Amino acid sequence: MAKPAELASTKELIEKYIRRNGVPSIWCPGCGIGTVVGSMLRAIDHLRLRQEDVVIVTGIGCSGLIYNYLRFDGFHGTHGRALAIATGIKAANPRLHVVVPMGDGDCAAIGGNHFIHAARRNIDLTAIVINNQIYGMTGGQSSPTTVQQSRTSTAPRGHLERPFDVCELAKGAGATYIARGVTSNPIQLADLLERAMAHKGFSVVEVLSQCPVQAGRRAGRSEPWEMLQWLKGVTVSAKRGTDDVSLGKFITGELLKEDAPEWTEEYDKLIAIAGGRS
Amino acid sequence: MTGVQSNSHLLLSGNEACAEGAIRAGVRFFAGYPITPSSEIAETMARRLPEVGGKFIQMEDEIGSISAIVGASLAGLKVMDATSGPGLSLKAEGLGLAVMLEVPCVLVNVQRMGPSTGMATLPSQMDVMMSRWGTHGDHPIIVISPCSVRETFELTVKAVNLAERFRSPVILLSDAVVARMREKVVLPGEVEIVNRVRPAVLPEQYRPYAAGPNGVAPMADFGSGYYWYANSSVHDENGYEATSKPEVATRLLQRLHAKIYEHLNELPQGEAFMMDDAEVAVYAYGITARAAKAAVRMARERGLKVGLLRPVTIWPFLSGLVDPYVSGLTALLVPELNMGQLVDKVREVVGGRSKVESLSRYDGQIITPEQILVAVTKIMGR
Ligand code: SF4
Repeated sequence: MAKPAELASTKELIEKYIRRNGVPSIWCPGCGIGTVVGSMLRAIDHLRLRQEDVVIVTGIGCSGLIYNYLRFDGFHGTHGRALAIATGIKAANPRLHVVVPMGDGDCAAIGGNHFIHAARRNIDLTAIVINNQIYGMTGGQSSPTTVQQSRTSTAPRGHLERPFDVCELAKGAGATYIARGVTSNPIQLADLLERAMAHKGFSVVEVLSQCPVQAGRRAGRSEPWEMLQWLKGVTVSAKRGTDDVSLGKFITGELLKEDAPEWTEEYDKLIAIAGGRS
Repeated sequence: MTGVQSNSHLLLSGNEACAEGAIRAGVRFFAGYPITPSSEIAETMARRLPEVGGKFIQMEDEIGSISAIVGASLAGLKVMDATSGPGLSLKAEGLGLAVMLEVPCVLVNVQRMGPSTGMATLPSQMDVMMSRWGTHGDHPIIVISPCSVRETFELTVKAVNLAERFRSPVILLSDAVVARMREKVVLPGEVEIVNRVRPAVLPEQYRPYAAGPNGVAPMADFGSGYYWYANSSVHDENGYEATSKPEVATRLLQRLHAKIYEHLNELPQGEAFMMDDAEVAVYAYGITARAAKAAVRMARERGLKVGLLRPVTIWPFLSGLVDPYVSGLTALLVPELNMGQLVDKVREVVGGRSKVESLSRYDGQIITPEQILVAVTKIMGR
């Protein structure tokens, strides 16, 4: 996977990967999902992945509409099942790079079981967990990453429960590449996504993202720039050391990378032993 | 069972015959989750698939396994999953997904007694309506039901072929007895193979949901450069979101139904046994049809004009099996291992032209030939 000398311009990326009659997107002005898509396309392009080898698998919710605008093979379907669908696609054709953007509810609530088991299997998929700490499309309900005390439409007096740390969850479950990005730093995000896609095994990139409409509004940050400033404030790059964790900040950057046997490669060995041809 | 040779006598269970049928039909991906009494299908596939270059995966739950087969089918493989009652409840979501995406896949449901965890090892035919209407929303589905080990093999091959032909999920509706009994079978040397139609046009011209002359749109394998959108929300012929377009929704639902309902003659109808002069017909499927056939023979020995109508396709309900005989019948008896499910559909189709009576059993035991004979004799007033 040799890298091109120069980064493609945004215009080039749009021409190559965006389906013209899909846009404008359905997302609210200032939503973070578009930034994630931009970084994802940049990563795919910079890695020089063949367009026909990339499959985008999404679930349901605002992030589930990502595929609507793209020119790849893609799936948009049942809530929470993206990783299970992706597992089938990858198993059937290991040549494919299967990229799985999900929301926090999609990944960590209804799809939680698929998430931990895809990590345990170390199957070569790239999970992008777009974490805006809320269910956006359904109207601002609490999600598994909603922080305590924040107000949501299902927690009008403040959210009681503790949130998941998606990266820690991925680590505990056995993911072999884990990183955290933030939409206020799309350059770093593209780099992390590129590393995740290049990694052989189950990779997770959590992206802290803004939902100004459903989350921001209730937190007194309904302007997108307020959200981005808030995201900048609550994150700190891993390169700067981890002292800030004690202050409750989210560490961004590469958090874990290790080599481990990957599911489809191991299965191919099993086929060879069984005498079949894959 | 190791690699199975054809033309030799084999002692197989229904579940093993199902797995072998799937392998012969070209299934190369199986995702499953353990559940009694279907687990032997997964176990056999786990052993057999790598031998033919295919893959088996045990998923984390029932929903995960049906989702995984949908994914593998999108990538071009023939796929299967197997479960039983409580698992069918969970797979309802994935079935609807496969209907809407028009993804060929086979789901085996080995019926056990319910509701809920019920009696895990004992048979029932209580999922007849669930298999028809288990997933939400108006949808067509193909459900076929075998009555023997040999037929389980044949119908598994058929299920795979029908799934490919119609770009649709197909349910093989077995039961705990057919699945677990062992019978001597001779497997055929060759089986008929049907492959999904793949696009012949250039990617720019490809419309993944535009029906061809056979009612079904060609399906491109993910990874073959067609860049198509498998979209479970209401979509147009290109697969693109049309969730606020009533006319697109109408066309889509009509087409989903038409692709199957306008080709019912391609579905296996079933068997009419000793029906030519029959005054009473026993209408029975699955394991109950075995008892019914024995009962018909016993009745004939007593000079009673009784025949058997044994549907193989349960859904869509094929009235063509019943219609030619109804006018000559005084009654139909519908024995089922449930509180009366398919009998209502039989009543609807018969429409008062003859009596339709139900014979129910729902205690995890099978209906015996004697029970059916007694019921038939009573109907005939003997
Ligand atoms: S509701 Fe929130 S997450 Fe959804 S599109 Fe609007 S801003 Fe984005």
